[in-house]
Amino acid sequence: MTATVPQTAPTSTTPTPQERRGRRSQLARDYGIVISIAVLVLVLSVTTDTFLTGSNLRNLADQLVVVGILACGATLCIISGVFDLSSSAVLAVSAIVGVLATQEFGVAAGFLVAVAVGALLGLVNGLIVTGIGVHSFIATLASSIVFRGVAVLMTGGAIVYPLTDQMIDFRTLNYAVQPIGLTLASWLFFAVLAITWVLLSRTNFGRSLYAVGGNPEAARLAGISVERTRIMALVISGTCAALAGLVLASRAGSAQASLGTGLELTAIAATVVGGTSIMGGEGAIWRAGAGVLILQLFSNGFNLLGWDTTYQQVLTGALILIAVSVDQVLRRKRK
Amino acid sequence: MTVGVALQGIVKSYAGTQVLHGVSVSFTPGRVYGLVGENGAGKSTLMKILTGVERPTAGSVVIDGEPVVLRNPADALARQISIISQELTTVPARTVLDNVFLGDWSSRGGFLRGAEDRRRYEDLCERVGFRLDPDRVVGALSIAAQQQVEILRAVSRGSRLLVMDEPTAVLTDTETKALLALVRRLADQGVIVVLVSHFLEEILGVADEITVLRDGRHILTGPAAEQTAESLVTAMAGRAVDVMFPPLPEVAADAPVVLEARGLVRSTAVRNVDLTVRRGEIVGLAGLVGSGRSEVARLIFGADRMERGEVLVNGRPVGVRSPADGMRAGIAMVPESRKDQGLHLNQSIASNVTLPSMRRLARWGLRRGRAERALAADAVRRLNVRGANLLGPVWTLSGGNQQKVLFAKWVARRPQLLIVDEPTRGVDVGAKAEIHRLLAELAADGMAVLLISSEIDEVINMAHRVVVLRQGRVTAEVDAPEATPERVLSAAFAEREDLS
Repeated sequence: MTATVPQTAPTSTTPTPQERRGRRSQLARDYGIVISIAVLVLVLSVTTDTFLTGSNLRNLADQLVVVGILACGATLCIISGVFDLSSSAVLAVSAIVGVLATQEFGVAAGFLVAVAVGALLGLVNGLIVTGIGVHSFIATLASSIVFRGVAVLMTGGAIVYPLTDQMIDFRTLNYAVQPIGLTLASWLFFAVLAITWVLLSRTNFGRSLYAVGGNPEAARLAGISVERTRIMALVISGTCAALAGLVLASRAGSAQASLGTGLELTAIAATVVGGTSIMGGEGAIWRAGAGVLILQLFSNGFNLLGWDTTYQQVLTGALILIAVSVDQVLRRKRK
Repeated sequence: MTVGVALQGIVKSYAGTQVLHGVSVSFTPGRVYGLVGENGAGKSTLMKILTGVERPTAGSVVIDGEPVVLRNPADALARQISIISQELTTVPARTVLDNVFLGDWSSRGGFLRGAEDRRRYEDLCERVGFRLDPDRVVGALSIAAQQQVEILRAVSRGSRLLVMDEPTAVLTDTETKALLALVRRLADQGVIVVLVSHFLEEILGVADEITVLRDGRHILTGPAAEQTAESLVTAMAGRAVDVMFPPLPEVAADAPVVLEARGLVRSTAVRNVDLTVRRGEIVGLAGLVGSGRSEVARLIFGADRMERGEVLVNGRPVGVRSPADGMRAGIAMVPESRKDQGLHLNQSIASNVTLPSMRRLARWGLRRGRAERALAADAVRRLNVRGANLLGPVWTLSGGNQQKVLFAKWVARRPQLLIVDEPTRGVDVGAKAEIHRLLAELAADGMAVLLISSEIDEVINMAHRVVVLRQGRVTAEVDAPEATPERVLSAAFAEREDLS
């Protein structure tokens, strides 16, 4: 903030009732999720004596990584008004290519190739969606089936491993690093969060995403290329998927065609639970983090309390429904 | 008891703006009524009230002497009042038969009875005097035939009052003649037909009585035989007295030409339009809805691609293939619809205002919040947006203040040519006056302004020169002192034989 620029125009008066209503619904969106997390943490801390232990928290962080990274990509896509249902298939293809490239050229090159493949597949999605104009939902659904098929073709249905002497390096992401003993994968997730957060909230590209998703025609008339913006969102989503794939492969020390099946839906669910609007134009990266955290706290809590995980599914589904309903109700109010 | 339908003292306000001021008209069975008025006179609103789409703020719809409340179109349908709108409401993928009896299919115990529907269909065709193949898919039919499907539907519901909103605008000459004959036949069978049209000759030819609206007021209703096209134009054009316009600055005699558009063409919407605007000059672009006004503006800005033609800014040809090109050439456009094309209603004022300027404001692609807020604060102050919290969402503002934000967004780029399309639509009188003052100020600062408006008084009083379009062509170009409402309107209103 600065002292020289007034926050409000000089003619500003007290807020109108309409403005106050707007602010209140904004607050509900912002803090509903934060309060939910606080309550969950509090309940778990009181009812179990294992929740607040270092090893459980490190575990929790590690469990956030894969869906979290996918959710960062999904958030950019959804804000710009497209869906990427292919992210888990891209994850599998990238991880497999990563392993195969590692066998040929070594671990570092293998990881780089994997990321490049993810970006490339994202570009393919982007060109289909914007060039041909197929709705992103169906275009990426179809491409995900193709990608998954390619993954089977590449592996012949088998599990692929890096060479034996590469294994230690290949599993790098799985190792805990000091000072606080989080895995490298966890730090990778935090880095992805930070980078996508900066992209979304601090760059022209980020505001183009909001503009394109919120009102494509107004964005176009303001000189923004709707197509280019959405292609970039899908490229980033593909890149995120490749990173998530590397985390999974590094954890397992291998890759296979069925890697990460269905995770794209969990990522979209986490994004929406965090409060990013499924209609596009609204949302934030912290919401992706918060959504993933809530879902993970649920499953962590069920584990620690020793409850039947069947109920976990029911509760998770209900939670997603509640989040979407709240978004819908707040949306209707402002009409 | 009077048999028939009447509107009594209808008043309608939207968000404080009154669009109908106590209009009364009555309709007798078996007669055809013509409803005319310039854009924004209140015809559509009045018809929406008659057909239950909107509810009046005051006044009532009276059927056979009894006031009724029409809460929605279904209520109106139940009272046998139907409308055939400009936007057709057929289901394109279904057959003629399905569409005609939409929601009203013959059935027994939940099962459809196709044979029964076919028998009803043949009866219906006999009554109206034309027949369509019942098994054709509606989407494959011509517009005229689709309109006939809607007419069949309305008649099958036993409509006693049928509103047709600009039914002939999309028809060829032959189709128009057939439609007007059908209108006559329906009336002879006792139906009330209310025809809203811009084609005065048509109305004069088919209507028994004509009603003229102007600025939401009832001007006259009388036998068509006593009217001529000239008398109707005069009645429509009378002056509104409640708006004061600011004086316009003189355009320097040697002011250079900023915009020159040559031979713009885009399908049938824009057919060979030339246009110039000089530095400090406001040029008004008048014409009916659908005459190609907005389309011309969109070609110049790059929002649509032209098929032929050329745009020159300061004498240099600029290829405008996208809005980004138009912006680079120093053109800005305040679009027609602030909700659909202009603003991101969920986003903050600051974010909306700075969007087209974002490249200039950022450094290496990184946003600079301070620069953004400074620009927005400056623009908002200049436009006097009231109650503006720069970081609050735009949808909380009133229509007038939203429109000012939309202006701020484009004025902040300091364009050489500012195109404004319907700049005061749906704003209150106060905001309207402020927007007019702003336009005069911008012109005084040397901006070239192209002003599009459906309000005849606005075009005439806010422009140095008025260019009138009709069916995609320039039909008149008049300097301000000679631009009278009558002159502009008679150039704007189409006559049938002009259709090629």
